[in-house]
Amino acid sequence: MLEIKDIWKIFNAGTVNEKQALRGVSLTLNDGDFCTVIGGNGAGKSTMLNAVAGTWPVDGGSISIGGVDVTTLPDYKRAPYIGRVFQDPMLGTAPTMQILENLALAARRGQRRGLRWGVTKAEKEQYQAMLKNLDLGLEDRLTSKVGLLSGGQRQALTLLMASLKKPKLLLLDEHTAALDPKTAAKVLELSDRIVAENHLTTMMVTHNMKDAIQHGNRLIMMYDGKIVIDVSGEEKKKLTVPQLLELFNKVSGSDEADDKLLLS
Amino acid sequence: MLTFLNALPGAVSQGLIWGVMAIGVYLTYKILDIADLTVDGSFCTGGAVFVMLFTAGVNVWPAMLAATLAGMLAGLVTGLLNTQCGIPAILSGILTQLGLYSINMSIMDFKASVAINVTQADTLEKLLVSLRFVQGAIRGDFPLWRHPILVVGLFTVGLIALLYGFFGTELGAALRATGSNGSMARAQGINTDFCKVLGLMISNGLVALSGALLCQYNGANEINVGRGAIVIGLAAVIIGQVLFGKLFRNFALKLLAVSIGAILYYIVIQAVLAMGLNPNYLKLLSALVVAVFLSLPYWKGKYFRTKVKTGGASHA
Repeated sequence: MLEIKDIWKIFNAGTVNEKQALRGVSLTLNDGDFCTVIGGNGAGKSTMLNAVAGTWPVDGGSISIGGVDVTTLPDYKRAPYIGRVFQDPMLGTAPTMQILENLALAARRGQRRGLRWGVTKAEKEQYQAMLKNLDLGLEDRLTSKVGLLSGGQRQALTLLMASLKKPKLLLLDEHTAALDPKTAAKVLELSDRIVAENHLTTMMVTHNMKDAIQHGNRLIMMYDGKIVIDVSGEEKKKLTVPQLLELFNKVSGSDEADDKLLLS
Repeated sequence: MLTFLNALPGAVSQGLIWGVMAIGVYLTYKILDIADLTVDGSFCTGGAVFVMLFTAGVNVWPAMLAATLAGMLAGLVTGLLNTQCGIPAILSGILTQLGLYSINMSIMDFKASVAINVTQADTLEKLLVSLRFVQGAIRGDFPLWRHPILVVGLFTVGLIALLYGFFGTELGAALRATGSNGSMARAQGINTDFCKVLGLMISNGLVALSGALLCQYNGANEINVGRGAIVIGLAAVIIGQVLFGKLFRNFALKLLAVSIGAILYYIVIQAVLAMGLNPNYLKLLSALVVAVFLSLPYWKGKYFRTKVKTGGASHA
């Protein structure tokens, strides 16, 4: 479903601040794969996700989604294939617009937007039912501005929006990092549910090793702009946090993982 | 007092005409979240295109349409400077505005002022609005329906209905999303650059249309007519928001509030003029009014505490 071939990304090239954020990353996700991505700060996790989403063009390599080469497409042209939830709850929704309008915008992701009405009556009922299913008490607040919602409610709404029009690929970029533990757990559970119900191919970046092991069928670890660990299936299921740390130390040749990964 | 009352219908008419421009400013300032300084130039462009076409014998409606299109072109330039050349929106507007001065001069055959001969009855008859209709329609020289308050009032209602419809469509919603949160909009596949350019074009089209109306009203277009237009537009937006913000939730009513804001602005101006203020101080007055109204929400948040109601259930 997703095929990343040898992608490179260099920030501030030619200056003292030059940072090789991605150094030849290759990754293939099969249809229905739920891949968690871990790594320390600056390892390239978010950079990889942004490269796939098309936030900026990569400096080398190619990316294709569902057989379509998207390497040169800007982010909004990749939107038909990709659903996104950001780390910052503010980024995923339009705060000055109603919950209803946000959902209607998401339902038309990647479609040509013309002069038909932005929200239809039938949609309204459909969204109401969906929100009821989320159990966040939002079903009676369809016309409330999204700016009035809490961070957790916004992330849940963004998740629903990302899956409203089934994407070929769902990108979750540390989407629970800004939430309190209880809300984070709830949003994570919701993510699992939405991914399973829609059979979505998913990439989830997280700082939490336990979450990375518990969720999904595949786990990759990044270090210094490269994928250094890639486990899946039975091997992943049996993985424990200490084992993962040990693996990481072996690969990276240092014990800095302990501080970097446990503290961040 | 009497001079003020006599001037009131004129002030309301002018306010309504500037209100059309203020609605244009509302679209960029409030919906796209861009302070677009193009308007100081495109307002005059509208008047210039209109006056040249009209005095050349073109019918009032096509001349107004041409003025609107010229304004949209100005918006297009600002939009392209911003989205395709990476120049910050505010600077893009300033650049276009500056360049427009020369263009406006050349449209007007390098004359600082071009007049419509309103002393000729058949020329005056062809205009949609004119200062002369304000008293004339009351006195009975012209039919009552030609009163500028009625004509521009209906015109404004029509425009608001059109804009209300447009911003309810998929494309209109995309425009609003672009202003509300660009990253969300792009994640939904919205080309935010296109939306910004389109928004600037619609806005400046309205501004130029307003310029064409004012040119008819005054019976002339002069090169400096648009100076400070953005401030008048912002004043109308802010007055409308401060007075009706709590009352008007609906989008159409919000646009109406802007138009009413422009009317109130002109009534206040008329009142201070009647009190004997030197008209040369008007620009300073406008700047002060806008500065104070823009500061109010900031001060309110910084220096005033919300009264805490003790007792009762928490809503957390």
